[in-house]
Amino acid sequence: MTVSETSRRHRAVLPKAARTKVLQRQGAAVALVLMVAVSWLVFPRFGSLDNLRDLALQGSFLVVIAIGMTFVIITGGIDLSVGSLYALGGVLAAWGSQYGFLAALALPLAVCGLIGLINGLLIARTNMAPFIVTLASLLFARGLLLAITDEGANTYQIPADSAFVELGRGTVFGFGYPIFVAAVLAVLGGMVLNRTNFGQNVFATGGAEQSAVLLGVPVAKTKVLVYTMSGTLAGLAGALTAAYLQSGVTVIGVGLELDAIAVVVIGGTLLTGGMGTILGTVIGVGLIKVIQNVINQIGTLDSNYQSVVSGVFLLIVVVLQRILRR
Amino acid sequence: MPTDPVIEVAGVTKTFAGVRALGDVDFTLRRGEIHALVGENGAGKSTLIKVLTGIHTPDSGSITRNGHISTIYQEVNLVPLMSVSANLFLGREPRNRFGLIDRARRDADAAELLRGYGITADVSSPLGTLAVGEQQMVALARAVAADADVVIMDEPTSSLEPREVETLLGVVRKLHEAGIAIIYVSHRMDELYRICDTVTVLRDGANVHSGPLKELPRIELVSLMLGRSVKEIEKHGTTAFGEGHQADTQPVLEARDLTSKPRIGGVGVSIRPGEVVGLAGLLGSGRTETAKAIIGALPLDRGTVLVAGKPVAHNVKASMRAGISMLAEDRKTEGIIPNLSVRENIVLAALPRLSRFGVTSRSKQDRIVDTFVKRLRIKVSSPEQKVAELSGGNQQKVLLARWLCTEPRILLLDEPTRGIDVGAKAEVQALIDELAREGLAVLLISSELDELLDGADRLIVLRDGSVAGELEGDQLTREHVLTAIAAEVTDDSGDHAGSHQDSR
Repeated sequence: MTVSETSRRHRAVLPKAARTKVLQRQGAAVALVLMVAVSWLVFPRFGSLDNLRDLALQGSFLVVIAIGMTFVIITGGIDLSVGSLYALGGVLAAWGSQYGFLAALALPLAVCGLIGLINGLLIARTNMAPFIVTLASLLFARGLLLAITDEGANTYQIPADSAFVELGRGTVFGFGYPIFVAAVLAVLGGMVLNRTNFGQNVFATGGAEQSAVLLGVPVAKTKVLVYTMSGTLAGLAGALTAAYLQSGVTVIGVGLELDAIAVVVIGGTLLTGGMGTILGTVIGVGLIKVIQNVINQIGTLDSNYQSVVSGVFLLIVVVLQRILRR
Repeated sequence: MPTDPVIEVAGVTKTFAGVRALGDVDFTLRRGEIHALVGENGAGKSTLIKVLTGIHTPDSGSITRNGHISTIYQEVNLVPLMSVSANLFLGREPRNRFGLIDRARRDADAAELLRGYGITADVSSPLGTLAVGEQQMVALARAVAADADVVIMDEPTSSLEPREVETLLGVVRKLHEAGIAIIYVSHRMDELYRICDTVTVLRDGANVHSGPLKELPRIELVSLMLGRSVKEIEKHGTTAFGEGHQADTQPVLEARDLTSKPRIGGVGVSIRPGEVVGLAGLLGSGRTETAKAIIGALPLDRGTVLVAGKPVAHNVKASMRAGISMLAEDRKTEGIIPNLSVRENIVLAALPRLSRFGVTSRSKQDRIVDTFVKRLRIKVSSPEQKVAELSGGNQQKVLLARWLCTEPRILLLDEPTRGIDVGAKAEVQALIDELAREGLAVLLISSELDELLDGADRLIVLRDGSVAGELEGDQLTREHVLTAIAAEVTDDSGDHAGSHQDSR
């Protein structure tokens, strides 16, 4: 093939690819910067250190869950169980805190990780649809949660002097520990995704599963791992929340799986798999949280409009992805 | 040359749901040989490859492998969304001292590796942005870099343009020189005779011949594949086209000045009833685009299409009503609906005519389907059989039947024999011939020059989206076509024409 022919073919492809790249990778980032700039100017309280700290803390729990969801979605799957596992993790952490710090942390991670592992095994070994398998765990985990808390009547409190509370409420320069946990996990997640063999397997599995098998990628093992990871991270987010709230609240996390999916997609990860970034997901969380924060600041606006705006955003992103992929 | 076997298969049998795909097959691949594996579709080639690579476990028999096997499939089995370098090194990425993937080194290594295959594309861009030929080359580079002892190539050239084929064959020879054993599966005789040392012919799941290829005349090879006598084939030739057709003088289709920038510019095509006009040219020269422009599936900057002297509005519906039908190139994505039955696939295009108030007459459908199944000799257990279960050749016939039952006057055929086996190919070619004899105007697009030269009464040669020449009568030779394609184009196309002549 001559050079001229190569370049001619590429000229047709590249501008569009570049456009796609910018809009998909940086679209959410641009929107976030704009949102922050406008909010800063319009709402004087928005830029205050207190508000920003609060914003980051609120976002950190979702970031932890969404990291797992990003891996799952890049493999071409979906994990609907994370909302329930989040709540279950919180309750287990609160219950476990009576036996000390380690129990409070290990119990939710182990149980939620195990449920994630079962999700992964069912999906990878039996070829059942991730949607159905994780929907079943959503119901299962929520049911288990209600059973062990007497339908929510029994709320486990975490002793205020427990070291575990510190994990949720401790701060450095006023920034809560969960923010650092989320930040460390995000950096680790990005590294695992882009700089390890497992990460490459995640992309290959979602990008072209049949090819991945032929290329020698352990597709089944990769799937089992991502769902286990997603479950474990949901449990961890639950534990952090429980530590922050000083109790295991049973009613939280309903519909949280959908928020997690939304931020991942807004962050530029393809819902069909094969492409995505952790940074994008973090930006997606930022965007959703800034919108919520602003609507709260307006005060007169019903807080339900948070969902309305988030929904519109999600739709715009998905439509853009579809158009650009053509 | 070393002759110890690198793969040895003895008495392998494999059955799927009661159907025997392989029966007591012996097969030996020796170190450093290029071994052609041929047979019609359904002869068991794919099954044998899958048994060799360990994807299928045989029901009985033994397999001895003395080396690492890599397989290059017809469809590029890489991940289009991942970067070229990530695809190349997936599973064996270079690491830095922290055990993390060293992306800079991966890109550098990939770029250097691919330079040896004549690819200069940006290795950090997604693989999907490369041309198919380049992707194929990446797959090959990957297989070789993985230190394979055996490379299995399943129809590697079926979606490549001639120039890319040359590059690929060059690489195959290099692998051969490096002592890698190659199993080469292809329907293209020219390629087989140019590069292969040995041949194994499969027919109906059995090994009917293994031996040196050079000593086996082509016609003998074809007769082994088809299970027909040499005499029978000699009488009919290797392509099944007949002599020239009687053509009326008034063109039924006249397309003028078809322009859709940047792909085609000022292309004119006219076809008389009963005439087969071939479109020749390299991949990307605008052949498919011209056909799509005629049927109204490609937005035009300017240009008109006349059927029997009357202008046709530029959309598919109007074109079909005027009597134009098109058989698309890629039957998997643009043609058959695999999970529907043969009957449903055939009547799809004709449904509007077969129905009244949206209700279709089943008996009319059955009658039409029956007629075409017989006439096109489609091999089906019943019209209710799923199309997915048919062989490539029979799928193509189902598609042809679909368009024929709309009673077209003009048929646009884009690569009608691609990817189907020799026997079915001949039948499709014979059908095209027959249809033209019955007065249909046919536009034939093919990458196989022999098919065009034998099948068409007239050839339009396209180059870079415009007509580079029209050939008729005595001009219908390989040399004339190559000259038309190569004119004004610089040296390396000239080389290509030369190498083709060498091969003959």
